[in-house]
Amino acid sequence: MKLIDKARMKSPWVLHYNSGSCNGCDIEIFSCLTPMYDLERFGIVNVGNPKHADVLLVTGPVTHRGARVLRNLYEQMPSPKAVVAVGTCACSGGVFSECYNCLGGVDKVIPVDVYIPGCAAKPEAIIEGVLMAVERMSEHTPLRRGK
Amino acid sequence: MGVKTILPFGPQHPVLPEPIQLRITLEDENIGQVLPALGYVHRGIEKAGEKNDYPLNVYLVERVCGICSATHGLAYCMAVEKLLAVEPPLRANYLRVVWTELHRLHSHLLWLGLLADAFGFESLFMQIWRIREMVMDALEKTAGNRVIISVNTIGGVRRDLTEEQIEETLRTLAECEKQLNAILPVILEDYTVRKRTVGKGVLTADQALRLGAVGPVLRASGVAQDLRMTGYAAYGELGFEPIVETAGDCYARAVVRARECFQTIDLVRRALQNLPEGDILTKPRGNPNGRAIVRVEAPRGELLYFVAGNGTKNLERMRVRTPTLANVPTLLEMLPGAEFADVPVITLSIDPCISCTER
Repeated sequence: MKLIDKARMKSPWVLHYNSGSCNGCDIEIFSCLTPMYDLERFGIVNVGNPKHADVLLVTGPVTHRGARVLRNLYEQMPSPKAVVAVGTCACSGGVFSECYNCLGGVDKVIPVDVYIPGCAAKPEAIIEGVLMAVERMSEHTPLRRGK
Repeated sequence: MGVKTILPFGPQHPVLPEPIQLRITLEDENIGQVLPALGYVHRGIEKAGEKNDYPLNVYLVERVCGICSATHGLAYCMAVEKLLAVEPPLRANYLRVVWTELHRLHSHLLWLGLLADAFGFESLFMQIWRIREMVMDALEKTAGNRVIISVNTIGGVRRDLTEEQIEETLRTLAECEKQLNAILPVILEDYTVRKRTVGKGVLTADQALRLGAVGPVLRASGVAQDLRMTGYAAYGELGFEPIVETAGDCYARAVVRARECFQTIDLVRRALQNLPEGDILTKPRGNPNGRAIVRVEAPRGELLYFVAGNGTKNLERMRVRTPTLANVPTLLEMLPGAEFADVPVITLSIDPCISCTER
C-alpha cells in the first residue's frame, strides 16, 4: 500500500448532500459527528467543499432538480472517491418510489459503493458504511466484511 | 456605491443540511435583495397520498419531514379521525402528547446546536447534541426507533408504555433537564452568542403578522400564538401557556426555543405522571367521506392538514401546509440590510425545514 493510500484511510473527509430526503438520515449523519458516536475518532471530518472530500454521503431518493446538483458534486470530487447511499430511499426510492418527482435511488444518477438501508439509517450503520467505503476506496477490491 | 455581486447561497452549503438556494445581491458586504429558489426536495407526497389507501398514508406523511415526523403523523391521523368520527381513547391522547413533545424537544435541541455551529461555536454545538442523544435514547426505548418513530395510527397509538418505561423516561428527562440547566447560561449570556444574535434579523410584531409568520418566529416577536392553546389531544387537560419574547431578533428566537425545551420537559413529565389507564386504540370503521382541516403545532409552528375523502379507501385530496413555508417570506424581509456574515445565522433562525416546505 502506498503511503498516500494509508493516509487517506486514516482521515477520510466526507461531504454530505441531501437529494430529497426527509431529513431523518441527515440528522443521523450529524449525530455521527457529535460526541456520542464521534466519527472524528476515525479521522473523519465533515467538509462543505466537494474538492476536499473523499466520501460522498447521499440521502434521499434523488429528485429531478437535485440530480443535477448531485452529479456536479460527484464530478467535482477528486479521485479516488466513494459514494455511500444512506437510508432506504437513497438505496431504492423507498416510500417515495411512487412519487412523480423522484428518480428512485442514488444509483440512477451516480455509481454507488455502499448501500446503507434503514429508515432512518442508524448512526452505527452509517459509521460502518463509511468505513467500508474507505476500505473499498483504498484497496480497490470488493468489500470484505469482518476482518 | 459599492460593487454589486450576486452570490448563490446553497443549494449545497455546510450550514444547511438541506438544499435551498438564496440568490443574494450584495453591495460590498451588505445584502440588497434576496431571491429564494425552491424545489430541490419536492417529491410529490401530496399526489402519492392520493394513490395509497388512507391507513397507509400515515407512513408516507411521517416521512414528509424526519425531524417533526410525529407531528405530521398526528395531524394526518386527527384529520382522518374527524372524517370517520372516531374518538381516540384518553390514554392514547396522553401518549400522543408524550411522543410529540419528545420530538419537539429533540428538534429544538438540534436547532440550538445548529445555531451554535452556524457562528462557529463548535463546542456548544457538541454539548447540546450530547444532551440531545439522551432524548433520542428515550425515543428509541419507548417507540423502537430513533428518528421516525411511527407511533400514531388512525384511532390512537400503536404502542403502550410499561411502568418501567415511564420510570426510565422520567429519569432521562430529569438528567436532561439538569444538563440543560448547566448549559443554559452559555446559550443565554455568552459574549459570542449575544454578539452574533442580539439585534440581528429583527422582525417586529406587525411585520410578523403581516407576513403570516408562525411558531417560535411569531412568538419571538411578541405575539402569543400557539396552537397547543386550542387543546387538541391532551393539551386541554394538561394546561398550556405559550412562551413569548418581544425583541424579535435571532437572540429572542433562540431564547423562545431554549425556554420551550424546559416547557416541553414539563409537559412530558406531567403527561407521564397523569397517564390514564385504558385502551390505546379505537378501531376505525368505514372509509373517510367529506372534508376536514386540522391544525397542530409542529416544532416550527402551525402545521395544517386538509383531507378530502369520497367514501372510497383512497383520498380525493391531501394538502399539507407546513410552518417553514409560512416563515420563508419573513426571511426575505430580515436579510436585506444585514451583513453577509450574518446570513447563516439569520437563515437558521427561522429553523428552516425544506423537506417540509416542498414535500
